[in-house]
Amino acid sequence: MYKILEKVSLNPSMTKMAVEAPLIAKKAKPGQFIIYRVDEFGERVPLTIADTDAERGSVTIIYQKVGASTMLLDTLGEGDYILDFVGPLGVPTELEGYKKVAVIGGGAGCAIAYPQAKALHKMGTAVDVIAGFRNTELIILEDEMKAVSDNLFVMTDDGSNGNKGFVTNALEDNIKNGAGYDLVIAIGPVPMMKAVCGLTKQYGIKTIVSMNPIMIDGTGMCGGCRLTVGGKTKFACVDGPDFDGHEVDFDELMKRNVMYRPAEQAAREKNCRLIRKAEVDQNA
Amino acid sequence: MPNMCPNKTPIPEQDPNVRNKNFDEVATGYTEEMALSEAARCLNCKNPQCVTSCPVNIRIPEFIAQVVKGDYEEAYKVITMSSSLPAVCGRVCPQETQCESKCVRGIKGESVGIGRLERFVADYHMKHAAEAPSKPAQNGHKVAVIGSGPSGLTCAGSLAKKGYEVTVFEAFHTAGGVLMYGIPEFRLPKEIVQKEIAELKALGVDIRTNMVMGKVMSVDELLESGYEAVFVGTGAGLPNFMNMEGEGLIGVYSANEFLTRINLMKAYKDEYDTPIIRPKNVAVVGGGNVAMDAARSALRLGAENVYIVYRRSEEEMPARNEEIHHAKEEGVNFKLLRNPVRVIGDDSGKVVGLECVEMELGEPDASGRRRPKAKEGSNFTLDVDAVIIAIGNAPNPLIRSTTPGLEANAKGCIVVNEETMETTKKGVYAGGDAVTGAATVIKAMGAGRRAAESIDSWLSGKTE
Repeated sequence: MYKILEKVSLNPSMTKMAVEAPLIAKKAKPGQFIIYRVDEFGERVPLTIADTDAERGSVTIIYQKVGASTMLLDTLGEGDYILDFVGPLGVPTELEGYKKVAVIGGGAGCAIAYPQAKALHKMGTAVDVIAGFRNTELIILEDEMKAVSDNLFVMTDDGSNGNKGFVTNALEDNIKNGAGYDLVIAIGPVPMMKAVCGLTKQYGIKTIVSMNPIMIDGTGMCGGCRLTVGGKTKFACVDGPDFDGHEVDFDELMKRNVMYRPAEQAAREKNCRLIRKAEVDQNA
Repeated sequence: MPNMCPNKTPIPEQDPNVRNKNFDEVATGYTEEMALSEAARCLNCKNPQCVTSCPVNIRIPEFIAQVVKGDYEEAYKVITMSSSLPAVCGRVCPQETQCESKCVRGIKGESVGIGRLERFVADYHMKHAAEAPSKPAQNGHKVAVIGSGPSGLTCAGSLAKKGYEVTVFEAFHTAGGVLMYGIPEFRLPKEIVQKEIAELKALGVDIRTNMVMGKVMSVDELLESGYEAVFVGTGAGLPNFMNMEGEGLIGVYSANEFLTRINLMKAYKDEYDTPIIRPKNVAVVGGGNVAMDAARSALRLGAENVYIVYRRSEEEMPARNEEIHHAKEEGVNFKLLRNPVRVIGDDSGKVVGLECVEMELGEPDASGRRRPKAKEGSNFTLDVDAVIIAIGNAPNPLIRSTTPGLEANAKGCIVVNEETMETTKKGVYAGGDAVTGAATVIKAMGAGRRAAESIDSWLSGKTE
């Protein structure tokens, strides 16, 4: 059992949670992930680690309440326990040897882009962070990202923060203005990563993307997280989650990621009923 | 007087057309009367070949003699001197190629039903044993076991009985390894596995789940933190694919994933959130026990047509005879001498067919089995909405890639001295599928037991 030490709402759909897991906190590096399971009946869900605090022995995760399993997680509060919490899984991001890096986060992907920027900044690498959100209400980690970057560009799809555009617009502007990136790290929705890679390929800039596909064990056992990279089958859990974005078959990935959408919808409805029931019980 | 009936006492089973719709155990097990009748078929040979052909050398005639006397607890004690998981082995061992293959009764009829008797004894014990075994006196030595599958549990159990303080590290949230995630409920009820594990815990074995060794802690760190020896029993968990077109389509599963969703994650039960595709028509590629398990599980999830696609003939199939027989009885359709060439998908990326080619057998290959060759122009398509790939697994690399000094062969199998199970790294032992590549539960148990013996002789020598 793993105790929830801290729970903070970042925006209406995203929550930050620090979980007591000292062994993982000691070992985790940027780019690695954990798998949690809320209770006996829950799914095993992978989430990339957003931050660690080795002293406190905690691992921070940021999740978006989109499916039954994250909604179930969100019913827990500080002091409650998560049944299973396992990691650190996957290969850490290779951050050594770059001069200037653009770290791009899309929506919830910023939660994972942030530790990469933080690590690079700490190593003395020049870092530009480009973060994209649908609207200004949904912006998360702005102060944190500012603190670990030389330049921060926050874009909104609807321009509600006064900066309308996609992350690719900001990236292309910077490249054209001579930013001189030797690496781009892009983390977010698959269509965003695909668009970033399409752009950086034109400019010949190496691009790392972070995958978060469907998986069970996270140790190479099920093969559910497989994707095609450079024409070869790779497992995101043990070969990744980072891959060379110019080699990833994004179209296949997008199809695989919606594999369980009908089942997920059913589970969400089922879970909604559970939550409603809990509320009724509480009020009774 | 021995029972000279040439045939085994039949074991009661659920009707094939009933059981192919539920996940309850296929064989319901001997009654006391049946067990007594079957035990009386054993001639108690002076030089029992069954014992030597058992990978853990269970003293078979001795335990059967106790069954004849009606002393089932004593029979259980005889079995557990050699085996840590009798209720498991009685169910899943390939007895026909091991103990039962050498039984004298098999010359003029059927061998003694050793597996069925072992299961009876183990089940009797579980039902009637008054108390859990007590923790033996500790000898002060600490040993770590990585992986809680058959080899790890056996190694842990054998050492705990000798007084070692044993910690087992398991990556999943539940101990048992392949016994929990791989072998289906209808062949090996999970409650039985957990009861066997509870017995080990009562012996003092500490099981720590959610520990992915090599990631959260390395073998070297274990050795530095006070464990004097480490046993690596991490299994063969990396599924192989065919590397054919269309394997990324929705509806293509590794057998590991399909079975794990069902067995460990209980996707067949409504109260669990685990999603799974419930296909109408399924092709399972492969001819081993795992392929049979996947095919029979698909039937139970409600599939109408389930095909086994295997590139050789039935004779070469590696699955146990009983599994093949059960699969056929339940309605699995065997497409033998057929090999898949590509998976066909629709616009949304979902599987709609499996293109196969007919095969013929040529000259024997390195394995001694006749090499299958494709017949040109014999391609045909099976209309299926799911394809399950069950063509074997490679050993998991997490430990070998994070343990300097631990050598593996070209296939990724950890190199050991086969008698002592010592690896190339001092204090580190290995066994089971991590060493052999995918094999059987009982062979893994044999390796776990041998490793425990050599760890014991090494560590007990250290104190003297």
